[in-house]
Amino acid sequence: MTKKYTFVALALSALISGAAITTASAETPPNMLVIANRIDDIKTFDPAESFEFAGADVSRNVYEKLVNFDPLDLDAGYQPQLAESWEISEDGKTITFTMAEGHVFSTGNPVTAKDAEFSLRRAVMLNKTPSFILTQFGFTPENVAETIVAPDDNTLVLTLDKPYALSFVLNCLTATIGGIVDMTAAMENEVDGDMGNAWLRTNTVGSGPYKVVDWKPNESVLMDLNPNYGGDTPAMERVIVQHIQESATQRLQLERGDIDVARNLSPEDVAGLADVDGVKIVDELRGRLMYWSANQKNDMLSDPNVIAALKLAADYEGMSGSFLKGQYTVHQAFLPKTFLGAIDDKPFSFDIEAAKATLAQSAYPDCGPIKISVRDAQERIDIAQSLQNTWGQLGCDIELIVGTGAQTLDRYRAREHDIYLGAWGPDYPDPNTNAGTFAFNPDNSDEAGATGLLAWRNAWDLPKLSEKTLAAVVENDTDARRAMYKDIQTEFQNSAPFGIMFQQIEQNGMRSNVENFVAGGATTAVSYWVITK
Amino acid sequence: MTQSVTTADGRQSPSIPPWLRKTAATLLTVAVTILGLLFVTFMIGRVMPIDPVLAVVGERATQAQYDETFAALGLDQPLLVQFGIYLRDVLQGDFGRSIRTGQEVATDIARVFPATFELATLGTIIGVVLGVPLGVLAAVRRGSWIDQIARFVGLIGYSMPIFWLGLVGLLVFYGILGWVSGPGRVGIFYQGIVEPITGMLLVDSLLRGEWDVFKSAFSHIILPASLLGYYSMAYVSRMTRSFMLEQLSAEYIITARVKGLSEWQVIWGHAFRNIRIQLITVIALAYANLLEGSVLTEIIFAWPGIGQYITTSLLANDMNAVLGGTIVIGSIFVGINIFSDLLYRFFDPRAK
Amino acid sequence: MNQATSLRDWLLTEEPASRRQAAFASWYKGWLRFRGNTLAMVGLYVLALLILAAIFAPLLATHDPFVQDLGNRLMPPGSEEHIFGTDSLGRDIYSRILYGARISIYIVLLVAMVAPLLGLIVGTVAGYAGGWADVVLMRITDIFLAFPRLILALAFVAALGAGIENAVLAISLTAWPPYARIARAETLTIRNSDYIHAIRLQGAGPLRIVTRHIWPLCVSSLVVRVTLDMAGIILTAAGLGFLGLGAQPPSPEWGAMISEGRKFILDSWWVATIPGLAIFSISLAFNLLGDGLRDVLDPKDSAT
Repeated sequence: MTKKYTFVALALSALISGAAITTASAETPPNMLVIANRIDDIKTFDPAESFEFAGADVSRNVYEKLVNFDPLDLDAGYQPQLAESWEISEDGKTITFTMAEGHVFSTGNPVTAKDAEFSLRRAVMLNKTPSFILTQFGFTPENVAETIVAPDDNTLVLTLDKPYALSFVLNCLTATIGGIVDMTAAMENEVDGDMGNAWLRTNTVGSGPYKVVDWKPNESVLMDLNPNYGGDTPAMERVIVQHIQESATQRLQLERGDIDVARNLSPEDVAGLADVDGVKIVDELRGRLMYWSANQKNDMLSDPNVIAALKLAADYEGMSGSFLKGQYTVHQAFLPKTFLGAIDDKPFSFDIEAAKATLAQSAYPDCGPIKISVRDAQERIDIAQSLQNTWGQLGCDIELIVGTGAQTLDRYRAREHDIYLGAWGPDYPDPNTNAGTFAFNPDNSDEAGATGLLAWRNAWDLPKLSEKTLAAVVENDTDARRAMYKDIQTEFQNSAPFGIMFQQIEQNGMRSNVENFVAGGATTAVSYWVITK
Repeated sequence: MTQSVTTADGRQSPSIPPWLRKTAATLLTVAVTILGLLFVTFMIGRVMPIDPVLAVVGERATQAQYDETFAALGLDQPLLVQFGIYLRDVLQGDFGRSIRTGQEVATDIARVFPATFELATLGTIIGVVLGVPLGVLAAVRRGSWIDQIARFVGLIGYSMPIFWLGLVGLLVFYGILGWVSGPGRVGIFYQGIVEPITGMLLVDSLLRGEWDVFKSAFSHIILPASLLGYYSMAYVSRMTRSFMLEQLSAEYIITARVKGLSEWQVIWGHAFRNIRIQLITVIALAYANLLEGSVLTEIIFAWPGIGQYITTSLLANDMNAVLGGTIVIGSIFVGINIFSDLLYRFFDPRAK
Repeated sequence: MNQATSLRDWLLTEEPASRRQAAFASWYKGWLRFRGNTLAMVGLYVLALLILAAIFAPLLATHDPFVQDLGNRLMPPGSEEHIFGTDSLGRDIYSRILYGARISIYIVLLVAMVAPLLGLIVGTVAGYAGGWADVVLMRITDIFLAFPRLILALAFVAALGAGIENAVLAISLTAWPPYARIARAETLTIRNSDYIHAIRLQGAGPLRIVTRHIWPLCVSSLVVRVTLDMAGIILTAAGLGFLGLGAQPPSPEWGAMISEGRKFILDSWWVATIPGLAIFSISLAFNLLGDGLRDVLDPKDSAT
């Protein structure tokens, strides 16, 4: 009988150890790029609708635009892509593009001006969230038939409502919404007059180097070469982006060679990878800002001295030297570094005595209760806890209200927060993208419902700055325009109920054989087609 | 869950055979339960202070775009009307569209459910294969060291936060020892190689003859499945032990021993035979618990299953997705309960 | 013969003189049997230790659990002044664990009071009233039983807003159905007893019968069940905290501490591991205790 028990025990242990036989350590195939990233924000690939970070990473590799950035020379600004040249009329209101030859959609159809006309009109007519990037030039669903016109297959004419800075207009066309789709394929898949919107959510028909072949929401995106791509054939024939939430997991996968690139490493994991053979870290300045803002409906928080005290009582260096180490650099102006007109002034540094003195001059020398709204992301909660700690030293009674992204945003848009702590990323690579939201609020009434404007969300009335911001978008002299933004930012730093604290540095970990990985700088998204390994 | 056959009203109509009445009553009960389940979920979604519209239109939307989506989602209708519309669509097989993934909920579930099913099934198999012999052994050697160990191992299983054990397990077996693969279902570069048949990667890769994919999938699933299997084992072994104890003290066992049957025959041939039905019920319940209880495991192991799907949808107030997922899990739960009830009725003489 | 021995004799007498003596005697015998169970006693001691630690946290803590020190972050256990090390904001983990014990115990006590009470009311009303009330109440119970529990709790917290009190409420709302079942079953057996008939004949109303005569009889079976469920409650609460839906930062709730610490698991294992061990020890203690209690009250299933 004991023998039989021994047999059972043996069988069991065999089963258990059988699990351990398979060892997992492999190298990724040489023509394939494997990336771990957080991509759970992707909801759609339709360029007229897509407005998320991970979506932009896909879109840039799938859709070409009239003008675009060269990934290996981002500082050069926009360059010809589908349009080989453009001209602006005397009155500054009409831009005429001449289309380039040799661009072909993944369907095999050549790219013509008609496709560009269709794509831009469509983006205006569908009126999805990012459509403001185009409609700010006066395009409406009603007038696109006259304002966005392709007189022939080779020419596209845009008619604006005002003479804007040309750089402003072209910068906007490099945004995701400027992606040109294959009109024929989109219209073949039209349902209920949606111009292919439902179909393009999950399918891509662009002229870029890649096409999406498989997308599992919250899991992975699989891209293969566009067989008809007009440019040089990229070295990476297949790109797989896998959704991996945890930094620690990404690090382990990178160490073991299961992936080529890890895009969400925490400062600790970056430090942990420093001595690992075969792995390197590439730093890249991105456009994302971390800031807090104070609702001006709150009496205490509308006292300029209270705001000034709060700005002085934030431990900028302490945070960027510890839990944000290497991933955020102190930055206190609303234009990210590398943007036209960006300034590097840092008027505030952690000085609790100065903060106390400033607070003493306010109507609230003892401070009072303040609620900080923050979404449930670890780095933001850490920043909030640090603010809670240092503002608490001023005597403020700080409570953290942690919620999901939607909850926190909901309160913010309804102007119900005290202090909102959050991040802001530019929508298009022109200074107006941030000036137009931080420093622009033409109507501060509740009825205006300008929920897209950060100044409005904080009930901040700023008639003078709003005018200056408006003036800056129509200034066609680049040097003058740069000076205008510097001036706006300096004034903003002194008076705004916004405490801009940090600018993001993306630290991508990758196998050392990966070359030319460019996440997109402050202005655009990632470019897989130049990568080699 | 006992089926309250008492729900059928007291009147007897002689023309209807009793089994039909019973079946009808059971079906009615199931329908009412699932309807209630949906109603509660629906109401929770509607009082939740998370705005689903924002999830669709995003941070920069204008008020007009917001309002348009608000109406498109049907949120401008009265609550009960919304619920009615939802039910009508579900009865026609339309579970609506998820706002988070932008896809049909039915498509999403068809993708995520097999992942959970695969994980829970393997977990249960491990739990049963280890738990049943352990329970039997503990009962036979009652009070011995093996009994004490079985008991202690079980108690530890009940006391360990699964998400923590998962973290530690990943660190040790993947990070340090490298015995198993990390989170996810399969090595990333094997993505998209196997065309789904059942949606279960282990099965599909075998059917397609993709041996490498199978190996990769197996080394990914084994750790989370073992973890779930451990919890299941704790429960199964405990129940097995107590069923066996009851049998072993019964008179017929003594008779069998007196008749000179070997100990092996007494234990497996007689005592174990008699607890089979009870055991199946317990296993079915353990299985249902794993299906619904794998939420945290799925999150730790980045396992793209239904638990994670429902949770993340819930936090975005993506109610179509949450409702769809709840229907699936709830129905399985109810189904397993009915199944074990039926087993009892047919096989257990005492229940008749 | 001293006082203690006579009390012991009084308790262990073969022929109790009064009903009260018999009751005390049976409790005492149960205690003796419980005391003989080493594992259960270990559970009791650990639990007592944890409760004492929670009560005297301000005295035992070496640091303020909320004070940050960014210069001293992620110090390993055993480093100067920090026996369990520090977390990512430089807070002392030992002190946070002590204060966290308060939160866990607070949650368990609250749930252990709310959920059985809810179940008791639903179960006894259903059992005593019978008919349609029974059908409706039991159907509702079944609906809640058919729910995935953690998901239901998640849904409630999401609807009510994150926080300890709401987590307690959510866990209670998911935990009551089994208690309702037990209470109903007990009520059904008691309802038709001669004893209740007699009381009814004396003119007692249903409310009085249920609250005064049925509830007390249901309590003992509920108590055992609650003790066995305590560990589950702690684990659920920790799970909610882990998902960010329980206690809010900077509160030192153990589940939330694990969640914060998992970012650093590779280089600073202690940040997530120590709160994990804390959760493990408290729920193991409850399990050992519950197991021992079950042995006492239901000898059939006992180990020895």
